[in-house]
Amino acid sequence: MSQRIYITGLGVISAIGNNVPETLASLTQSKTGIGKIHHLTTRYKDEFLAGEIKLSNEQLADLVNDHNPDLNRNSYIAMLAAKEAVQNSGIDTADGLRTGVISSTTVAGMGKTELYYKELFEKDDHLSVLDTHDCGDSTERIADFLGNVDYVTTISTACSSAANAIMLGCRMIKNGLLDRAVVGGVDALSKFTFNGFNTLMILDKEWSKPFDENRKGLNLGEAAAFLVIEGEEALKKRNGKALAEIVGYANTNDAYHQTASSPEGYGAQMAIEQALQMSGLKPGDIDYINMHGTGTPNNDLSEGTATRAVFGDKVPRFSSTKAFTGHTLAAAAAIEAVISVLSIQNDMIFPNLNFTTPIAGLDLVPETSLVKTPVNTVLSNSFGFGGNCSSLIFKKVSA
Amino acid sequence: MDALIEKLKGQIIEQLNLAEVKPEEINPDSPLFGEGLGLDSIDALELIVLLEKHYGIKIEDPKDGKTIFQSVRTMAEYIKSQGKS
Amino acid sequence: MKHITSYAHIKHRRLTANGSLIFDGSSSGSLPEFLTDAYRAQGMSYPKYHKMDTLCKLGMLCMEAAVKESGMLTEYPLDKIAIVLANAASSMDTDRVHQASISDKAAYFPSPAVFVYTLPNIVIGEIAIKYKITGENAFFVSECFDAGLLLNYLEALFHGETQAAVCGWVEADGDAAEAFIFLVEKSNKSSNFKPLNQEAITELYNQ
Repeated sequence: MSQRIYITGLGVISAIGNNVPETLASLTQSKTGIGKIHHLTTRYKDEFLAGEIKLSNEQLADLVNDHNPDLNRNSYIAMLAAKEAVQNSGIDTADGLRTGVISSTTVAGMGKTELYYKELFEKDDHLSVLDTHDCGDSTERIADFLGNVDYVTTISTACSSAANAIMLGCRMIKNGLLDRAVVGGVDALSKFTFNGFNTLMILDKEWSKPFDENRKGLNLGEAAAFLVIEGEEALKKRNGKALAEIVGYANTNDAYHQTASSPEGYGAQMAIEQALQMSGLKPGDIDYINMHGTGTPNNDLSEGTATRAVFGDKVPRFSSTKAFTGHTLAAAAAIEAVISVLSIQNDMIFPNLNFTTPIAGLDLVPETSLVKTPVNTVLSNSFGFGGNCSSLIFKKVSA
Repeated sequence: MDALIEKLKGQIIEQLNLAEVKPEEINPDSPLFGEGLGLDSIDALELIVLLEKHYGIKIEDPKDGKTIFQSVRTMAEYIKSQGKS
Repeated sequence: MKHITSYAHIKHRRLTANGSLIFDGSSSGSLPEFLTDAYRAQGMSYPKYHKMDTLCKLGMLCMEAAVKESGMLTEYPLDKIAIVLANAASSMDTDRVHQASISDKAAYFPSPAVFVYTLPNIVIGEIAIKYKITGENAFFVSECFDAGLLLNYLEALFHGETQAAVCGWVEADGDAAEAFIFLVEKSNKSSNFKPLNQEAITELYNQ
């Protein structure tokens, strides 16, 4: 009953590219997408940097070819990334197999709703905007866009959301409830998020420096990323091609604080250990860790401590790719799953930008330039507010 | 100084939603964090908001809170030193 | 065999557990008053409660009521207990408060203590912290109460390491406030408990 789960399609749009090839090019050229804010209107425009998608809403609408005025940035980018993933995999949702769409988001349509926030109290010209505000809206739109979708749901567990969407997809396939699923996450930038993270004082005004002793905080980013995952039976049936296998996943709760991770990284450690256990791999079998690595003093210390606890003095090569994309919240785990698969496909480890000094007491040194080396297994961590900790393990498909 | 301390106690209780704490129960020299009132890192950020909202004092680096927010008295002294009481 | 071993409701400002009334605030007072009075009626002593938003308070009250009459927390390892919750409005109730504070140009003082509650899964985090539960957790956003969705996910969890679960629906949107928490155990307790299935979940939810 427990069939294998394969990734067969990737789709992504973020600050480092509007599709998978552009993303890979930026990653291999160490080209960050984080810079001055152009598209978002915020009081922090000149104060903070962000990982913005380099397209206006009008340009996105053109790409999606849908100018419904009530659509929001979240829906546009979700549709684009999901479409790329489906095309990349070659699945046909009309072939009679059961397809699910499991997405995740935290801010949903906030970017659009907030533009009309004040007016909504006074007149109802923009009431239809609220129809697109719900977290489930972009997921429903992906499903409509793809057509013939049998199951749709939306997860919201903060910055680990997409990892949990991927896990749910795997489980539903394993339990025979679906044959395949389009899984991932989306979060567009909004004033709401900027102002909120600023109150937590965890935004760096310069480029974030994950795992650096002098890290000051994170850069926010926006992205949508989706993966097509298929059970081995469905894949065989259509004679499709697997890009990588999902061999381990786990989710735990740190049970420490609403937003902060415990200093000892207890939840993170448990998630990594349980994912390893499920995969049947030993810590020494992991070739690369794509860290959560937000660049906040709290996260990197906690995650680093958990990494030391699991791997001891044999920590695999690792990096955080958030200095490329910014922290894309609910989309983060999905974009990092895409990056993990790109790492396996291309036998490359992408650098941890802006790093110079290891964190005192941990002495963890990430890869700081592109490394070409065989990559058979990748561990990807994603941790969210609310104590939600997820780890995923991807493996090269043996020839 | 004592008047400022009393005023601060009320503002802290209000800002941090310390529904079960009365002003007279707060010793101006007891530590605000750890034991004492059991405040956490979010409370520290709320105290930064309190200083800006009521006293027009901006704190840019959350690490500065460690010394300023040791006790109600250190908070009051800091406000005085900024000439904002 | 999995059973629903305890449950609690908040509906129309009445808190009940396993069908018995614990606190009735239906005829008087505001929602915030109800949330404070129901906390006191349960004899809870957890000062952090007062800092939480409505969504978290609803979840905490219901969880306390459901777990009080259950031995779940002592019978199972805390890292094998999962928490699965869902609602329709996500964290809308608190999102509005945060949005209002950043829209106020004259008095721009957004609160970090408000912002931390602008995610629906913080209620899971608060429950996990209070009861020291470290197992799997997920929060779903769906249009209405969906027993099938919760059941599917529970089944998948129990196929893995999970031995018990806190599950339910917690909704806060303006004056509308509702919560339903049920506990599921992978136990041999046959006796009086309801076996876990979609009908049982739906029936309890509608009680």
